[in-house]
Amino acid sequence: MQAYQRMLDPTPNGLHSGESPLLQTAGLTKRYGNFLANDSIDIDIWPKEIHALLGENGAGKSTLVKAIYGLIQPSAGEIRWHGDRIVLSGPSEARSRGIGMVFQHFSLFDNLTVAENVALGLDGKESFKDMSARLEQVSKTYGLPLDPRREVWQLSVGERQRIEIVRALMQDPKFLILDEPTAVLTPQEADQLFIVLERLKAEGRAILYISHKLEEVKRLCDTATILRGGKKIQTCNPRLETAASLARMMVGGEIKEVKAAAGRQTTIPRLVVNDLSLPPDEAHGVRLEHISFELKGGEILGIAGVAGNGQDELFAALSGERLSKDPGTVVIEGIAAGHLSITKRRKLGAAFVPEERLGHGTAPRMKLSENALLTGHAASGMVNHGFIDTAATLKTVDKATETFDVRKAKRDPEAASLSGGNLQKFIVGREILRNPAVLVVSQPTWGVDAGAAAVIRQALLDLATAGAAVLVTSQDLDELAEIADRIAVMFHGHLSEPLATRDATREKLGLLMGGSSLEPKEAAHAVGA
Amino acid sequence: MELVEAIVLSVLAASTPLLIAATGELVTERSGVLNLGVEGMMIVGAACGFGGAWLTGSIFVGALFGIVAGTLMSLIFALMALGLAVNQVATGLALTILGVGLSGLIGAGFVGERITPAAHLHIPGLTDVPLVGRVLFGEDAFVYFSLALIIGVWWFLYRTRAGLILRACGDNHVSAHALGYPVLRIRTLAVMFGGACAGLAGAYLPLAYTPFFIPGMTAGRGWIALALVVFASWRPGRLVIGAYLFGAVTILQLHAQGWGVGIPSQFMSALPYLATVIVLVLLSRARTGGSTAPAALGTVFVPDR
Repeated sequence: MQAYQRMLDPTPNGLHSGESPLLQTAGLTKRYGNFLANDSIDIDIWPKEIHALLGENGAGKSTLVKAIYGLIQPSAGEIRWHGDRIVLSGPSEARSRGIGMVFQHFSLFDNLTVAENVALGLDGKESFKDMSARLEQVSKTYGLPLDPRREVWQLSVGERQRIEIVRALMQDPKFLILDEPTAVLTPQEADQLFIVLERLKAEGRAILYISHKLEEVKRLCDTATILRGGKKIQTCNPRLETAASLARMMVGGEIKEVKAAAGRQTTIPRLVVNDLSLPPDEAHGVRLEHISFELKGGEILGIAGVAGNGQDELFAALSGERLSKDPGTVVIEGIAAGHLSITKRRKLGAAFVPEERLGHGTAPRMKLSENALLTGHAASGMVNHGFIDTAATLKTVDKATETFDVRKAKRDPEAASLSGGNLQKFIVGREILRNPAVLVVSQPTWGVDAGAAAVIRQALLDLATAGAAVLVTSQDLDELAEIADRIAVMFHGHLSEPLATRDATREKLGLLMGGSSLEPKEAAHAVGA
Repeated sequence: MELVEAIVLSVLAASTPLLIAATGELVTERSGVLNLGVEGMMIVGAACGFGGAWLTGSIFVGALFGIVAGTLMSLIFALMALGLAVNQVATGLALTILGVGLSGLIGAGFVGERITPAAHLHIPGLTDVPLVGRVLFGEDAFVYFSLALIIGVWWFLYRTRAGLILRACGDNHVSAHALGYPVLRIRTLAVMFGGACAGLAGAYLPLAYTPFFIPGMTAGRGWIALALVVFASWRPGRLVIGAYLFGAVTILQLHAQGWGVGIPSQFMSALPYLATVIVLVLLSRARTGGSTAPAALGTVFVPDR
């Protein structure tokens, strides 16, 4: 059976003839009520292999790795380790067998020190002092520098990930699971991570690498298994595939290509920010430092940067969630608006889509029509002498549903019942239907499946074509490259000079995201372009 | 001089139940659970503690009764707030209301009865040293125990692995679960410890403070203990200082009335709460980052399986 599978398999697994895989799942199934999160999944992982696990949100990747790491018990099927069936009672048993995991949303404790965080991930058989010494040694060996005495909240995202990786490595795992490790890293930080992973592979370990950055997978991984709707679609060699063919397997069809209309004209400046500085409003906040830019109608400006460098604060200052003492710092449609409330800014023709869909973009337990009213009350004729025009709110829902292909169970469900992608389409649609002159949108496709992401990006392009000014904040450089005309980078509350997208290479953006400045000549050239 | 010694002795006596109850609540909150039922657990501990001592004639048995009663009360809370993931604030408030009623029912039989209060230490020579002798070497066992307890809790939280795991649960229960720690079991144990302490603190009142039981005799001490934990910013060292400070305020309030100082006693009673609010403001202003409160405090956790 195995030999037969191997014949069909275009992967380099044939090289391992005579051995058994390090880890196998056979018919692994996980059922939540009627919902099959994993439907009979077979996957083989060999030593010295970096194995990619690909799939859209909700394809079942997380469920599968949780089962392999012992966090959940499969409903059916089995997990084999060195060919023998194992039943994992929990993560500590997985760890003791040699299975390690680095989580996507870091499983760290902000108010504990690095050493305490690492100690919590180990079985506690050695003294704290011995453990600290070993921690320093491991971090030195793999080139992952860490100060064991610092508390986690003081550290950057990259350093936090190092803690996770060092913690996993200290158990000397034979098999390491990494869940979207590069999602929060700058390109340079990602490159450093790949060096570490290659080294782990050379030491004979196996790695299961979850990502949806396809170029990265092609570059790093030996094998890729694609999941869709809880089922395994295929196992292939990603180096023999194209990014497009991998994407097709993930989505199960062609993704509409996003197209910018030819001959888009820029018009008058519609959003101007002049020397905007703002102190942080919370303990972990970032101070905005002298931010200036000008955004014309018909133009899309992208703001890149690692999360937590002031993007949230900038959004709050632009939307009017935080007011500026100097009205001239934010100018919307030629009117100084720095001191104006959100509603007044909306009346000037601005619209805002925050990053957080539930709780910021929408009230989760309220219906879509009510959520439409919450941003549309000022300027969209949904309120008549203080009374809600229910028909008008429902019409907005219907129109957004139709225009942006929002899939939902009934006409007017609660916001929280929609999937992330559909809710995001609704929120973006709700704002675009108001025909804004200025749209400020933060992380428009974060955690959204590829199909919905394409719809949203196209909508933003169309809005710009229609003459609006669009400001997009995103950590996805590919997204910005696809839709933005110019890209600026936020770092520690400073905004770089925007680069024309064709000049904004990954290297340049990566340097800016890491806080280095470009050569003066180069920067000047890019701005002039 | 005599007066100073008397005041110090009464401050210690008034502070001890606050310290014991707050120590328990500190551990509970460090695990990420906010149990507002301290007052209820204390008053039931007082009723059962007095009952135990009255029936058997032993202060020790009475204290045990108080501990068991407080623990049983906290188990109701654990069942609701942890097992069934009910809102912790609502459950805690309900527990206090239940405790006040229940203690009246349990204690109805022994209102008006008296017992011999807990004996004070007497070391010939040392205890007789003027001024400090009775303060240091003439207390009842509860006072010494309360200090041992808070030192033990400090050592547990910062020097043992189990304490580290407990703090981790309070900081981020999702991560603790992902690393394979049984968050709900750890929290249940922390809640039970808090209940045991509250029960003992309640029992202290009729066993050592006043040798009889009257309904409602905790008189808001459970709430002061809760405020005290916040005042101490969840740190054992500051908790000791805060407990004696709050105890001193309640005693000074009595003396101030006696001396005829023109400060309304209601204002003095409000001082501990006022101090807590001021400390909270100062803490959040001085904070450079991180959080002083356990980050997961009061949030419901339901592990997926």
